[in-house]
Amino acid sequence: MNSRYTAWAVGLAALIALPFVYREPYHLHILVLILIWSFAYTSWSIMGRFGLVSLGHGGFMGVGAYVTALLWNHLDITPWIGIPLSMVAAGLLALVVAYPCFRFRITGHYFVLVTLALSGIVLQVITATRDYTGGSLGYTPNRAPSGRGLLALQFDDKTTWYLIALGVWVVGLLIWRWVDRSMSRYAMEAISEDEDAAAAAGVNVTAEKLKITLISALMTALAGALYCQYQMFISPDTVSGIAVSLQMVFAVIVGGLYVSLGPTIGAIITILLAEGLRIGFGTKAVGWDNLVYGVLLVVFIIFLPKGILGSVLDKLKAQPKKPKTT
Amino acid sequence: MQAFLDTFDIYLLEAVVNGILLGGVLALLALGLNLIFGVIDVTWICYAELVMIGMYGMYYMVQVFGLPYWVAAPIAILLVAALGAALHYIVIAPLLTAPPINQLLATGGVLFILQSFATVAFGIDFRNLGIRLPVLAIGDMHFSYSRLLAFVAALLGMLAIYFFMKRTFTGTAIRAVAQDRQIMSLMGVDTKRIYLITSALGGALAGLAACLLVLQYDVHPFVGLSFGPITFLICVLGGLGNFVGGFIAAFVFAQIISLGGLYSDLEWGYVLAFAFFIVMMFIRPAGLLARRS
Repeated sequence: MNSRYTAWAVGLAALIALPFVYREPYHLHILVLILIWSFAYTSWSIMGRFGLVSLGHGGFMGVGAYVTALLWNHLDITPWIGIPLSMVAAGLLALVVAYPCFRFRITGHYFVLVTLALSGIVLQVITATRDYTGGSLGYTPNRAPSGRGLLALQFDDKTTWYLIALGVWVVGLLIWRWVDRSMSRYAMEAISEDEDAAAAAGVNVTAEKLKITLISALMTALAGALYCQYQMFISPDTVSGIAVSLQMVFAVIVGGLYVSLGPTIGAIITILLAEGLRIGFGTKAVGWDNLVYGVLLVVFIIFLPKGILGSVLDKLKAQPKKPKTT
Repeated sequence: MQAFLDTFDIYLLEAVVNGILLGGVLALLALGLNLIFGVIDVTWICYAELVMIGMYGMYYMVQVFGLPYWVAAPIAILLVAALGAALHYIVIAPLLTAPPINQLLATGGVLFILQSFATVAFGIDFRNLGIRLPVLAIGDMHFSYSRLLAFVAALLGMLAIYFFMKRTFTGTAIRAVAQDRQIMSLMGVDTKRIYLITSALGGALAGLAACLLVLQYDVHPFVGLSFGPITFLICVLGGLGNFVGGFIAAFVFAQIISLGGLYSDLEWGYVLAFAFFIVMMFIRPAGLLARRS
């Protein structure tokens, strides 16, 4: 066990040291994007691993990004306060939608469809309030006057952003681990197997589900807000809506749903793939990256439901014990 | 008559009628989705995208190849029906024994594929048929013929499905499979064939909806997103797999959207519909027509 902690510490130290040694801005940019999206995917997987497949996370992310940016532009509220407020907003939204779902046993297909509609509706709201949010054209937080970058959480150099994103990503993994080791995990696994049996065994089904959902939604909103602060441009399609929700699910499935680093692996693969396709095809590649995404998603679900990392780990674990089963 | 009309807000009445007309098409979509869910126990997240492909099919046949609308429409319906069968054969069939969530996500992947395929193949421009049907004026109210046609055709489509299910042997087999999957295969029904037929039927309904919607709306790769979510809400509110519930819920939602759109933007109509949906979940969580347990 000790060697495992050492490996984590060495890996983390190497990641922290990286931007001071290697300064190529484009590569750092990709790394920051990977870290922010990894965090978002990790927050999805906290829910998703218990069979609570939400396609509403695009909605939470949109709320996180837009509330932060709108508070800063219209009310001069610094993101330091705006981000927690946006997380509260996303949390409230999650509670309003999730409470009836869980209270009245809306599970499986029903739950997916309700959350799917949620992300669709958030997209519609952002588009409908185009007087404030810029609608489909997107939205840019106002540039802070020079010297007040810290207050506005706007930094020009990539190194600062890299460290912020790295910190948030590590916190995300820690939360994942915390949930993994908590009693909630056993409660949630029991719930995902059989709700009635879990309730009979003394698990407060609604409360446990709500807790997990709330954690997940808050984290996703934070990811949205960070993405907004980093990119300084958000549009309904990049931070909200069904496409973003599906993108999260896809990345997590590719990486592996049941392992802590799975979502990160998924983020690395999908973002490198998207960037590779984007550069490879040039400007005429509009749509090609998503086409490959979609094909891969279908192929993965059919042939590798545990994802890349999950399957590899399974193989490693299973080899000494038993022969491969189909 | 005029005095009667004066007592009402004329625009309100117009919105109500337009809502009913919109309800027809939504009910058609909900029926297709419910059919597939009821029989195969799979939800096609990409259902609205099938409609989008159908709309592009109509656009190309009418605008590019110059076919008349009446010739193009059956071809488009067959095309989408084939697409539905293919979707089942390629994606759903290998996953029939997988957890339901995996099936759902796989159709989510197909949503990505269809959307980006349309982006790659057709570009992101808005396109329309260029057919402008006349407008029917009653008093001060105006109803476009395209909506009336859509409403009537949608009702006819639903009636056709009804008779197919009630009067033909295949339809009876489909209903039987929907009631009990395991037993019917023991009774000598080829469930694989029934699944394929059902998928094709669901696709055909999407194709019919495409032919009707393309008269009213411009088509672009993301057009599915504007009525996909609402179709899912309708199906959940009506009770997944419950045909009658879906039918009623479609008209309820259409009224909300239409009236919401009267007082504000159309998008707010959708938001209102969603809020209504959340409230309804507290009251009737298992669907409009579900029995209380």
